Amino acid sequence: MSGLKSLMQPHRILLMALFGAFVLWCALSLRWDWIPKYAPLALEGLWTTIWILVVTTVLGFLLAIPLGLAQAIGPWYLSAPARLFCTVIRGTPLLLQIWLLYYGLGSLFPQFPWIRSSELWPYLRQAWPYAVLALTLSYAGYEGEVMRGAFSGVAKGQLEAAKSFGMPRFTMFRRIWLPQAIRNVLPTLGGETILQLKATPLVATITVVEIYAVSSRVRSDTFIVYEPLLLLAAAYMVIAGLIALAFKRFENQVPERR
Amino acid sequence: MVLEWLGLAESAALLSLSAPGWGMNLLRGLANSLQIAFGAFGMGLMIGLFGAYGKLYGGPILRDLLAIYTTVIRAVPELVLILILYYVGTDLINKVAQMLGYGRVEISGVVAGIWVLGIVQGAYATEVLRGAIQAVPPGQIEAARAYGMPAFLTMRRVTIPAMMSFATPGLANLWLIATKDTALLAVVGFNELTLETKQAASSTRAYFTFFLAAGGLYLMVTLCSGAVFARIEKWARRGQPSLREGGS
Repeated sequence: MSGLKSLMQPHRILLMALFGAFVLWCALSLRWDWIPKYAPLALEGLWTTIWILVVTTVLGFLLAIPLGLAQAIGPWYLSAPARLFCTVIRGTPLLLQIWLLYYGLGSLFPQFPWIRSSELWPYLRQAWPYAVLALTLSYAGYEGEVMRGAFSGVAKGQLEAAKSFGMPRFTMFRRIWLPQAIRNVLPTLGGETILQLKATPLVATITVVEIYAVSSRVRSDTFIVYEPLLLLAAAYMVIAGLIALAFKRFENQVPERR
Repeated sequence: MVLEWLGLAESAALLSLSAPGWGMNLLRGLANSLQIAFGAFGMGLMIGLFGAYGKLYGGPILRDLLAIYTTVIRAVPELVLILILYYVGTDLINKVAQMLGYGRVEISGVVAGIWVLGIVQGAYATEVLRGAIQAVPPGQIEAARAYGMPAFLTMRRVTIPAMMSFATPGLANLWLIATKDTALLAVVGFNELTLETKQAASSTRAYFTFFLAAGGLYLMVTLCSGAVFARIEKWARRGQPSLREGGS
């Protein structure tokens, strides 16, 4: 294998040199003079992207646990709505869900005076609560399905052992069932989190200013097409790489005894 | 009760297929969406088949290039890819047209959508098909080679039929992604279902009616394709023992 690897080096070096040349060409012959002007806005956008990603994955995952549990062991009156929710979320485009919540709820709320006079109104007039809600529900829908498989995949013996110790049901869930279920699907969760990252630019369509919206603004202000898009793609690739690395680290912490 | 009935009647009027209703627009959008999804899925399958063969049997450079292609496409949001590929595609075509002495070429939305989504689908299809080809017992392909069967005939007669049962679940997923990704083309301004819905909704201000109706249409497509793919999988598995028993 190592011999094969050393054989493969020259063409890899060539590819890397080509890539380096491409980057150099990009840096020298494309226009980057817009960067200083838009850098603060871009950083703000990057921050928005990241917090939306983190908040929606955490909330969505918390919502996915009961959804998965209901589908795995719940009685029919819990499992049927959970399954319906997952089917609907997974069966319709996220863009449609975002627009339904933003335009639909956004046009519904002002009709009720008690909502307009409530404390929440200043928030409900902004776009980000709808973005967070839509992305959370979407992540929960996809993860609910994943967690259903994860919960039913935990070995029966583990649960029986806990039961025979006289462990209360909630402790059993917290100490045995949930950790093992999460361990089993960590790689899937990593992939789904990257998918969630790739879903975040959609919220730019409802006026949330995240990094994609910043690149669109640069494009429409300066008529520079490729440079902001290339930089944007690079930024997403870096974030996706970081997520993959983080999950790899999580996975390495899981003791393997198989 | 009467009010509820009235509310529903209003929605029904808005959604009706004849002139004052917007039903026809939605259906036209759905037809556009499906057309793009079919084209993109087909193009993705072609790219995926060649990509999978390249990754499995190609030389080192081809393999590295394909690895870069699949990694980049899967790490960058579809929306960004759509924009990049859209501008690159129109620029390239216009350059070629200018070289050949034609004027600027207008590119139809459907073709651009198929080109853009097809390249995205191709990356995913490459991975799905590569996994499926690897799952075919190597003895079957070796047997075909031992008979002196040419490579292309082996692919057509042995590899593809044998991998179908492994590939269908992944391909079903890809098809669903293709139908849902067509909605992203709304951002670039193609008149597919989501954009038609938004236009109808914002000109009548009946947001819930239209978005829920469009959601129902998408869901119908999803559920129908689920049933179709279950059929295909059953057909692809004909004559095989159930996978649970078959796997070592």
